[in-house]
Amino acid sequence: MSALLLHWSLIAAQVLLVLAMACAALRLLRGPYVQDRVLALDALYVSAMLLMLTIGMRGGSIHYFDAALAIAMLGFVATAALSKFLLRGEVIE
Amino acid sequence: MNPAAEIPPAVAVLAALLVLAGAVLTLIGTLGLLRLRSFYARVHAPTMGTTLGAGCVLIASILLFSALESRPVLHEIAIGVFMTLTTPVTLMLLLRAAMQRGGIGSRAGESAPPDQRP
Repeated sequence: MSALLLHWSLIAAQVLLVLAMACAALRLLRGPYVQDRVLALDALYVSAMLLMLTIGMRGGSIHYFDAALAIAMLGFVATAALSKFLLRGEVIE
Repeated sequence: MNPAAEIPPAVAVLAALLVLAGAVLTLIGTLGLLRLRSFYARVHAPTMGTTLGAGCVLIASILLFSALESRPVLHEIAIGVFMTLTTPVTLMLLLRAAMQRGGIGSRAGESAPPDQRP
């Protein structure tokens, strides 16, 4: 019974996280300014990382954790580099 | 294959509730990102997903894998610490870039000078 509850709540969480990614992607496409798009990209990265964690929990596999960590790091680097570019006009000075 | 068969019911229920709460919080954050009016208001919305949403999902993951492998699995804390450290840094960088592009006095990006509109 509790295993069934866990199974279905993991599926529901995945659906909700995909909806969250869709919202962020819509803002990424629509966003009136460049900074809106960068912010939406950051939210998209976070949602994708959480989705990766829930996929790992559903399969009972611990290897998805590494993918989630890589996505988190890439999201940080991407957002920091884009913000630096918006701030200065170049990434590495 | 059903890995959830051999974990205790209390842990399964708690993990299920935490995962659901984390996903709902992340969705609320991105809905705010979609619906709020100005950029400076929108910056606040996704942090709901990065702090509380990610925290709930990470705690659920710790519980589930600790029960599954019958030993404490704590490496999810690495993601939590990393997110907590990096999110303020990136958002402050982004805010400084937005203020420089839109002008400090301009009301939340709505009255940015026309040459800086995309």
